Amino acid sequence: MHGRPRKAPTQEEQEASSLKAVKLRELQSQLLNFHRNKIYTKEAVDISTKLLESNPEHYTGWNYRKLSVQNLLESALDSDSVQSILDEELRLVENALKQNFKSYGAWHHRKWILSKGHSSTDKELRLLGKFQKLDARNFHAWNYRRFITALKEIPDEKELQYTTDMIYDNFSNYSAWHNRSVLLSHLMEAREGHSGKENVLGEEFEFVRSALFTDPDDQSGWFYHLWLLYQTLKREPLLITSWPSTGSNIQLSVNGYLDGQSLLPVLHFQSKARKYPIILCFNEAVEGVCSSTVTVECEYHAGDDLIWTPLSANKLDFAQAWLTYLNFPDEVNSLKPYSVKITVAHVPGITSLSGAPCSTTHTSFTVCVPLHDLKHAELQTMERISWKEEKFRACATQPQDANLLHSLGNFKITVENKPSASDWSMETIFTEIAHCRELLSATDCKIGKLTLARLLMAHNTLISYSRPNDGAEIHYDEILALYRDLMKMDPKHLCYYEDEYSLALLKQLTSNTESLLKYSYEYQESTSPSMKSSLCLRLNGLSLSRLGSMECLLWVQMLDLSHNKLRSVEGLEALQLLSYLNLSNNKICSFTALEPIRMLKALQVLDVSYNEIGAHSVDSSRYLCSSPMNHAVGNDWNFEEFANGGIKLNDHWDAFLVFKDLNLIQLEIMGNPVVNDQLKAFLFKIMPELKWLDGEKCN
Amino acid sequence: MDETASYPPIEPSNFDLIVIGTGLPESILASAASATGKTVLHLDPNPFYGTLYSSLPLNELTSFLRSQSQPLTPENDESTQLLTLPLYSSIEINSLSSEPIENSRKFNLDLSGPRVLLCSDSMIDLILKTGINQYMEFKSVDASFVGDAEGNLGSVPDSRSAIFKDRSLSLTEKNQLMKLFKLVQGHIGKESGEDDLISEEDLESPFVEFLNKFGLSQKLKSIILYAIVLADHDQDNLENCKDVINTKSGIDHLALYHSSIGRFPNANGPMIYPIYGQGELPQAFCRRAAVKGCIYVLRMPVAALLMDKDGLTYKGVKLVSGQELFSNQLILAPCFMIPSRLTPAAQVANSYDVGRRDAKEKVARGICIAKSSVEPEAANCLVFFPPKSLYPEQKTTVRVLQLSGNVAAGPSGMFVTYLSAMCDNAVEGKKLLDAAISALFSLPICGNSENNGIEKLSENTDSKPILLWSALYIQELTMFQDSFNSISFTPLPDEHLHYNNLLDATEKLYQKIYPNEEFLTQTNLPEEPVDDDSSELD
Repeated sequence: MHGRPRKAPTQEEQEASSLKAVKLRELQSQLLNFHRNKIYTKEAVDISTKLLESNPEHYTGWNYRKLSVQNLLESALDSDSVQSILDEELRLVENALKQNFKSYGAWHHRKWILSKGHSSTDKELRLLGKFQKLDARNFHAWNYRRFITALKEIPDEKELQYTTDMIYDNFSNYSAWHNRSVLLSHLMEAREGHSGKENVLGEEFEFVRSALFTDPDDQSGWFYHLWLLYQTLKREPLLITSWPSTGSNIQLSVNGYLDGQSLLPVLHFQSKARKYPIILCFNEAVEGVCSSTVTVECEYHAGDDLIWTPLSANKLDFAQAWLTYLNFPDEVNSLKPYSVKITVAHVPGITSLSGAPCSTTHTSFTVCVPLHDLKHAELQTMERISWKEEKFRACATQPQDANLLHSLGNFKITVENKPSASDWSMETIFTEIAHCRELLSATDCKIGKLTLARLLMAHNTLISYSRPNDGAEIHYDEILALYRDLMKMDPKHLCYYEDEYSLALLKQLTSNTESLLKYSYEYQESTSPSMKSSLCLRLNGLSLSRLGSMECLLWVQMLDLSHNKLRSVEGLEALQLLSYLNLSNNKICSFTALEPIRMLKALQVLDVSYNEIGAHSVDSSRYLCSSPMNHAVGNDWNFEEFANGGIKLNDHWDAFLVFKDLNLIQLEIMGNPVVNDQLKAFLFKIMPELKWLDGEKCN
Repeated sequence: MDETASYPPIEPSNFDLIVIGTGLPESILASAASATGKTVLHLDPNPFYGTLYSSLPLNELTSFLRSQSQPLTPENDESTQLLTLPLYSSIEINSLSSEPIENSRKFNLDLSGPRVLLCSDSMIDLILKTGINQYMEFKSVDASFVGDAEGNLGSVPDSRSAIFKDRSLSLTEKNQLMKLFKLVQGHIGKESGEDDLISEEDLESPFVEFLNKFGLSQKLKSIILYAIVLADHDQDNLENCKDVINTKSGIDHLALYHSSIGRFPNANGPMIYPIYGQGELPQAFCRRAAVKGCIYVLRMPVAALLMDKDGLTYKGVKLVSGQELFSNQLILAPCFMIPSRLTPAAQVANSYDVGRRDAKEKVARGICIAKSSVEPEAANCLVFFPPKSLYPEQKTTVRVLQLSGNVAAGPSGMFVTYLSAMCDNAVEGKKLLDAAISALFSLPICGNSENNGIEKLSENTDSKPILLWSALYIQELTMFQDSFNSISFTPLPDEHLHYNNLLDATEKLYQKIYPNEEFLTQTNLPEEPVDDDSSELD
């Protein structure tokens, strides 16, 4: 029941309930005794009836009951006696539900009885009618209703009408809206083709719109609206970006720096292995990227033996970004461009979480491999990187930088066979935006604003699919203003709004070259004799709490995210070229929150100073992270090797987890409560290549 | 006279109170007085309960209307004979088919319809308080509509789910209407001391101005004013409006309306109607009075009043049987008249229920019988024709209540429709009702007299129900006489759709007669569900 204040029990009620507890304890101990000794006599069964009717939450009682029914059924002689045994059980469940109609055990027992072949589904529907009259939102009853309708093979259309009736009765019924979404999912699947889906969704948008306008403060309709929005945007997964980007012409360099003088982006790669990373980014998490679903055509490479790794912080086999390495044999060392073509095949194999297969897309680029200049590479000595302001020079005024960015940023892959649904989706979203604006002009409502922001984001996403990179994405300022408003109106959900704000802001920044250029700087190494410069993307001081749009930043090697509100760095794992990363002055509160950077094999310089690592006794990201506790770290967990000198697993397993596989040369960690000399010593130990720690030079 | 003369004499012959007429106010008063231990004799010259509030078979209704339209001339000047007041005029019976008359006894036609109960109104409270719901059963009025001259009926979105369902409202209208409803609920539900949601100034201003300020469309305004707040007069024409509804009473009525929805789980709207007609109500109060010791004698006309020697002080009544009975107080239904010789000349205007009433105002009432519903979706429903909706000069709202066989208004398959409208004279009243009837029904071409049963239909024979029988009559609203000495008159059936004003007037009258007695206290009878629309399973 909803909206009924709980009253404190009176003296008499308390006494009555303690009296009841005494009786129940007696019954319980009897039942447990019967259960243990497998006694299923009539007397014993009656005791269990008594117990379950007054306390339906006693699940051992229900289990005992099932055993006793099985026992009785074995000795049942004819169908009549079977029927009467099952009838008795149904009666018991009904009484139990009268006591508590939200008892999981009771509802489950009822399902179990029906699965034994009892066919009283008409009676079941009547019973459900009763319970739904008591509480139209009781999700147990709705759940059971789905079970019964499936058993009875009631057509979905009929059930849909039932939800319509219930919603007409009172549209603040989450359960009814939810059941509607379940039924419509089935119906849309059954109806082939887009027009069926389009008609259904169009009608549903209209249906729910009435509810939203009638009572904008009621959330149930908005939730259904959100589901409809997802259905409208739902499409097959797509390859959206890659590194190297499509059509690009990449020159490899071994010296570890982007060559600022060159108009072509130059890639640093690990010279010893001559491995060349390739990254594919999809619009949603997919699985099944492997050498049989992705063909790589290259003069030196058959591509059959490529191993694709999901770049994902969670351990499912799903990831938005996938990584592989091309190996160039030592003999390949001419300046002749080699072309590489990658085809994501439209074969069942690459699928999204919802099971939709990926469309066919291509990306191709050329690569120049220079002479294998090992000597030059070894000569390279690195200077300590400083993130101070004076080291950076804005790129916006430099035409050659703009060109460089254009070639780097021209990353989006055009979909060859555009799905026909997109025009309809665009139109639908457009209509919904108009209605949402109309509603907000009459009513100031939080969830309406949130929906408008989501709709505008969806609109931008659709535009970005159909018209690649022509700078046509709009609405960003409006979206950001809506989220700023919401943060003020609804401080309870501040974190969520901050996250959404960050995602929208990053989308805006990465939406075209011009805006990216504003955040691009050249890093000037003052003392370097070669005066080489690096391109740095500085997204500092933007109040970002979360990262997104990483698929547009695959080329970034130097990234400044300092002075934000980042709590997590999820998404960074896709930036496989990233060598220098500044995360100082954020809100990262544990080493485990840094888990995504474990996958950044090129990372040399990391600044996590002035965060909150160690400030909170409870590490909420710890259980999401692979750790020795959940056995997800693999066989190379050789902590004991380092666990001497007073370092204990319990103290620093998380630091070990994040840093042991990184090849950091420079690390800033000061300003975090966790830092002490012991930890520093430990860090030097696990990262032998580390040259600077908090500005101190090693050795 | 022989029959009545053969009655056994009434014992005892002295009472605290004699009530003549068994209309609703008389019955409530008899019930209230006997509940406090008064000895009460309740007489009615008619063979049925209810007097002006009765529900009658078709033939009896016609003859009762006629009997109450002729004043009886006193036999001689010296008489203290009780006279009949000509309450009804311009009675017009139109019988277009013999079928209703053949089934005369199967009808329960309300004399003073249309009238319904709002589930949270004071009448329902009284019904529950006195426990008389055990004698009655009710059914929901399924729906309300607003009509126009063509007979198009638009639904009245009166609740959250009705607004949601209504396809004729624009999205903005839905939003505005629900906002208004929420404001009303917030205003009514606010704790004392909280800020007023509606300013004092607004509460005193005309409701129509408040609605304008709220930005409601003309259509919504009309729905709220005439179908929910039940305004009689054109509120848009404030200067000439006889009864401007202020925001406070508008909001109060909206709140009453909303609290009526869902008060009884088995009623599916704000309004209910008693099965077998509104005549059940006075009868139920009479039964309660009888339980408390009130003596009932029907078919017992009173021949004359017994006056003191001075000829001005009431002493008792003389029945047609010849028996003389005495009481301290006498209550008369308003259809009786005392010879003017007896009434003191200096008597000033009646103190109750006069209010702003224009002495000229009357109510036109109509009863129609058809074999199909005016709205296929609803068997029992209300239709409102707001001012100007039927024709430009229409000054008052025409209210329509259609009832079906399931409340025993008539034989199953027949629909009884009551109409009423305020009017200044019979011509205007008839025009209002005729316009509403022709909007709702198909009329035979030559339907000007009785027994002309040629069912030839007028030209616009769409799906409208065909009118089989109708009765139109004008009822007075103004009392011509006042209580004096120990003689009191109960109020006339008013023009309203509900009983609230009538009940107020009745209670005031009771307190005037018995200033120190309580008016119907709580009985200890178990409260039973009011509605029989029970859809319980099992």
